[in-house]
Amino acid sequence: MAQRVDTPEQTEFREYCRRWLCENRPAPAPFRLPLSAIEVMTEDQRGYLQSWQNKCHAAGLVGTDYPKAYGGHGHKGMQSIASQEMGRAGVPYMLNIIGLNMAAPTILVHGTEEQKRRYLPQLLSCDEIWCQGFSEPGAGSDLAGVQASAVRDGDNWIINGHKVWTSLAHFAHWMILLVRTSTDDKYKGLSYFIAPIRGAAGVTVRPLIKVTGETGFNEVLFEDAAIPDTLRLDEVGKGWDVAMTTLTYERGAAEGAGSGGGTSWDDRIGQLVQLAKASKRPGGRTAWDEEVLRDKIMAIATRAEGLRQTQRRARVEGLCVLPLRLPLQQKVLTSELLQDMAALALEIEGPYSSLYLGDRRAPDSGQWPLAYLNSYGFTIAAGSNEIQRNILGERVLGMAKSK
Amino acid sequence: MAQPKDFGFGSDEQMVRDQASRFLKDNLPVDKLRALVAHDHHGAYGSNPQPVAWDEALWNQAVSLGWTGLSIAEEQGGVAMPLVAAAAVAEEAGRAALPSPLLATLCATEVLKACESNNARAALETIAGGSAASLATVGEDASWETADADVVATPAAGGFTLSGNAHFVQDARKSAFFVVAARTESGTLLVRVDADAPGLTLEADRITDLTRDQASLALSDVEVKAADVLAEPGKADAAIARALPAILVLIAADICGAGEWQLQTTAEYARTRRQFDHALGFFQAVKHPIVNMMIDLDRAKSLVYAAACAVDHAPQDAIRLARMAKAAASDAAGFVSGRSIQLHGGIGFTWECDVHIWVKRQQHSQFLFGDGSWHRARLAQAYDS
Repeated sequence: MAQRVDTPEQTEFREYCRRWLCENRPAPAPFRLPLSAIEVMTEDQRGYLQSWQNKCHAAGLVGTDYPKAYGGHGHKGMQSIASQEMGRAGVPYMLNIIGLNMAAPTILVHGTEEQKRRYLPQLLSCDEIWCQGFSEPGAGSDLAGVQASAVRDGDNWIINGHKVWTSLAHFAHWMILLVRTSTDDKYKGLSYFIAPIRGAAGVTVRPLIKVTGETGFNEVLFEDAAIPDTLRLDEVGKGWDVAMTTLTYERGAAEGAGSGGGTSWDDRIGQLVQLAKASKRPGGRTAWDEEVLRDKIMAIATRAEGLRQTQRRARVEGLCVLPLRLPLQQKVLTSELLQDMAALALEIEGPYSSLYLGDRRAPDSGQWPLAYLNSYGFTIAAGSNEIQRNILGERVLGMAKSK
Repeated sequence: MAQPKDFGFGSDEQMVRDQASRFLKDNLPVDKLRALVAHDHHGAYGSNPQPVAWDEALWNQAVSLGWTGLSIAEEQGGVAMPLVAAAAVAEEAGRAALPSPLLATLCATEVLKACESNNARAALETIAGGSAASLATVGEDASWETADADVVATPAAGGFTLSGNAHFVQDARKSAFFVVAARTESGTLLVRVDADAPGLTLEADRITDLTRDQASLALSDVEVKAADVLAEPGKADAAIARALPAILVLIAADICGAGEWQLQTTAEYARTRRQFDHALGFFQAVKHPIVNMMIDLDRAKSLVYAAACAVDHAPQDAIRLARMAKAAASDAAGFVSGRSIQLHGGIGFTWECDVHIWVKRQQHSQFLFGDGSWHRARLAQAYDS
């Protein structure tokens, strides 16, 4: 049974978070911050966000529920409160997003004691940045088709292969890496490693250019890169199981080691309404005077509130048909809402939506055309939404597996 | 006041819901429902007036289980449970496509509670005692949110004389009394009119939905006493506005339950029906729309319980969430119904396939008390200024 309201300890912690965020809100960055952590490109942006996460971690708002031995704060049921309050305060997002939401929970579940003590503290504090090496040119939606290989060589593994869409690799110290250790079985031939990236021999990180014209993700080439067996996560041949743990967190079906910051849904709806009120139409009217656009904005607002309430309902067993039914929807709901919201912003702007970043007349500094193009990253990444709908149809509704 | 994280849906509410679910599963299986409302198309659409197709004995059992007294105070004979409990029962009634005056009575109950008068409390006692009731507050222009029935109340000795018409009265021919809106020189009032009152005629509508009945009330010099006045002149609109969030929640909950039946029935068909050597669900052109049915229904259901919880614990946020819930549920009703026919293919287009019973109930519910565009237009007004 879900608890009905905050416990006294949670209330106290919530008040602490509010107070701390109010007193420690960082000064606005003197440069443009991208919409999310995976698009952070410059050293200035990295430094600003790294020190912000470091501060939040020290204050207990990140790694809140992680054990103290691993650099956490040893609380229980407090992380979601810290994340909620950071979202509410509208402070900057956490930079080490792949680390917090994917690497940390995976290491916590599958890592050895030594691995947890070595990697988690510096991950939570953002002293070390993480990236993810799953997709390859020939293995996207069909992730188990990865061809990058690890071959045993004494106490080491020799890695060869090509990973793509690797966000944050240009800053990363470490990568969570899925590779093939056997060709006998598609799934049982996979193993999972922690791979050193920064300064590692045989590892090349090259930027990929997105449709937005920005870099922000990369390709990573492994050419006879040697990594010690102590960096293997879980057993040889268990890589697919470990990857499923990572994906559960990546797709938002479970809570990671911290998030928060960024823009709340209410703020985004407010932005759309303001944009509509400021967007001129002939005859002295504005986009907000157009009934059709009002309707569309309220439809988006309804979906945003629906998403928030579905996240709430997912924790109330008595109102869920099956435990996984709502969590498995998170990725589809969030990515499509962001995309449709950005598409609607373009519709509101009308011809002004042609004005991109840096144009002198671009509404909201041209962030909406950028957000719209970027949103395809969300509907494709972490298993395309077509794959997500297959998973929902098969695991929740019991329909036959599609090929 | 802090809202409970679990929507206030605790073990008591779960028990009420599970009991309703079991009762309907045991007593209204699909073949019985079909025999009741859709045994032949001549009976349903061919006779005039349409028959009132329901199982009154089953309804009496539901009443004795306490469904109509769920939201009524203990002093008036109810059990004073939160709205989330009534919403859960409405959801189960929708899932079973129960032909009954349940929704009409629960909606009338909310308006009577909002009247906050002794006469209204007496009417609530009547409902708790087993009588079904329905709202007769709507005019020809489908003015769901205001007391705009075209009825005039003229002061008379000891009360009023009523003449005029009220429209879109739900399950009118199953109801024992009506909450009628009537205009006076000093504003609109709400008054109780019994179904057998002299001068009252029920003009049954011919409707698509096989699980409801609907009528216009024609009042011709109907005499009511002062003790029948539920809301004094000038107070009718406010009472309806106070009750509106709960009314929207209850209708939307019915839609969610009916939609879940449509989803599960369509998914089951996609699991078993084979074409091209595969079960239909193997094909993504079939699988993905069924997943979209689920996504739309889950959004609506989350909003329904959030809105119900707001009515119970945070009234200032109730109307916004309730409009979102009804908008999301109405849109889901249309989409889910369409897919449920389409994905059943040819058989889904026939009378013998049960999906049409739910499709028609959803089509009715979708527009009852405003559809998606109605509520979004009113949600947008909150952002004006």
